Amino acid sequence: MLEIRWHSRAGQGAVTGAKGLADVVANTGKYVQAFAFYGSAKRGAAMTAYNRVDEEPILNHEKYMRPDYVLVIDPGLTYTADITANEKENTKYIITTHLSKEELIKAQPKLEGKEVYVVDCMQISLDTIGRAIPNTPMLGALMKVSGMFELDYFKEAMKKVLSKFPQKIIDANMAAIERAYNEVK
Amino acid sequence: MAKKYELNELEVWDGNMAAAQALRQADVDVLAAYPITPSTPIVQNYSKFLADGYVDGDFIMVESEHSAMSGCVAASAAGVRAATATSSQGFALMVEVLYQASGMRLPIVLTVVNRALAAPLNVNGDHSDMYLGRDSGWIQLCSYNPQEAYDLTLMAFKIGEDLNVRLPVMVHQDGFICSHTAQNVYPLQDEEAAKFIGEFKPVNTMLDVANPVTHGVQTEEDWHFEHKARQHNDLMNSFSTIKKVFDEFKDLTGREYDFVYKYKMDDADVAIFALGTTVESARIAADQMREQGIKAGVISLRVFRPFPFNEVAEALKDVKAVATLDRSAPGGTFGALYNEVSAALLAHGKNPVMLNYIYGLGGRDTTIDMLKEVYKELDECAKAGEAKYPLQQFLGLRGPKLAFY
Repeated sequence: MLEIRWHSRAGQGAVTGAKGLADVVANTGKYVQAFAFYGSAKRGAAMTAYNRVDEEPILNHEKYMRPDYVLVIDPGLTYTADITANEKENTKYIITTHLSKEELIKAQPKLEGKEVYVVDCMQISLDTIGRAIPNTPMLGALMKVSGMFELDYFKEAMKKVLSKFPQKIIDANMAAIERAYNEVK
Repeated sequence: MAKKYELNELEVWDGNMAAAQALRQADVDVLAAYPITPSTPIVQNYSKFLADGYVDGDFIMVESEHSAMSGCVAASAAGVRAATATSSQGFALMVEVLYQASGMRLPIVLTVVNRALAAPLNVNGDHSDMYLGRDSGWIQLCSYNPQEAYDLTLMAFKIGEDLNVRLPVMVHQDGFICSHTAQNVYPLQDEEAAKFIGEFKPVNTMLDVANPVTHGVQTEEDWHFEHKARQHNDLMNSFSTIKKVFDEFKDLTGREYDFVYKYKMDDADVAIFALGTTVESARIAADQMREQGIKAGVISLRVFRPFPFNEVAEALKDVKAVATLDRSAPGGTFGALYNEVSAALLAHGKNPVMLNYIYGLGGRDTTIDMLKEVYKELDECAKAGEAKYPLQQFLGLRGPKLAFY
């Protein structure tokens, strides 16, 4: 079972990102789950979203998760949210930031000694999509770090997930995915 | 004529989308609804289907859930297929009209996304609303994941509208844990679903002016009792139709449903009896206990009302200790599952150790570890042949331990 936790602010698209990923993965014959903690959260409130992926039907409905990947799509949450909660020894962190990895670890010392990757999903989404919607670039970064799918395969699959949107938005998202794939370090 | 909705063989839907798609495929004539978290997306998705041309029926936006169910009652009495969706406070506001719907023998379908009842206000999942409806005279079907929410919503129409039943049907799913959790769902194509459910068969329609009828009459003591007894009789006898529909659905899809859901119960010494998503989580806990040599099983109800009294007793006949997990504050007694399962066992001459755990209120997470703890306590009781723990406990409660009896 592969488990992923997203840290996001309500409105940044973590739920859409998690569901998009689930859609792509399910169509490769795997079983998926995508969910989020909502409460009565308003736009801008810190929130978490989750993915589970397995070869077998997923029966586990507990919210508790020991993630293989932690995806932080809002830069501020690295400091204010408990992003290392219930981590495993080999949990991988992909964090949205304009800082270098060294600068980030210096600013948030609890990431010291962990497998950390950085990518500026905010800037990428502003440059490509024109809005601060960092979810699709994060998926591009995840593809690079996890090796889950080849970039081209993933982009084709995401085009189907996004098919209800105008072509311009699909193209912008493809550019965002590709840039994050290439820029994540 | 509604447009055909292109569905893939595999969709990734949350429970709300699954229920909304089933309502769309059921070709509902009148959907009267008022949105409430966490069932809002059912109504929202449905209204989008309508706006996009995928629905032929009418969608009535009303000012409250009381009006939503009243609209369904009126439409159903007028002679067409009616359905709606709700949760929690909205369900509570509907209660008066739920009894009208069942008493008037109107086969309305209500998709219920289960959520806690205030106070304190809470939008998350528990079974307070499901339990609130348990004496309302409706058939209540329980799902544990989005696929089942979809399947049971389709089947609900066929069961309720059967001429031997003619009763309203609720389909339950857990708020957020099912309703907002996207999983693999294998839907039927529109024409297959429509063929399976069949055409609506009007009975005693108000708009048939050549054959005038009255609905919602006053009876007082001369006929009220006979009426309610007949209604109960038909609800109790609905098992045969439910079975028939489950069998037809299995022939169509390969997916099997029964009144009682059992997992590794054949040789189980200890069993967790729960409803909703917890049933599936408990399967994982049971498998892990079996690795430790404890013969653990899981049992649940697919049909909460009518209650499958004999089947429950049969499934538990060789079990030494049973934990009923009730996800609703029982208000001064044991949880409903505890009372009903105990009665079924006693009537069949069985007397295993019975423990009651109140859990998961207001969406409190139910972890695999918690469920394993229940199995460990059951195992101690089974080995001792007596209750080694208080009969009623709270699972996952913070602060001082609370227990009764």
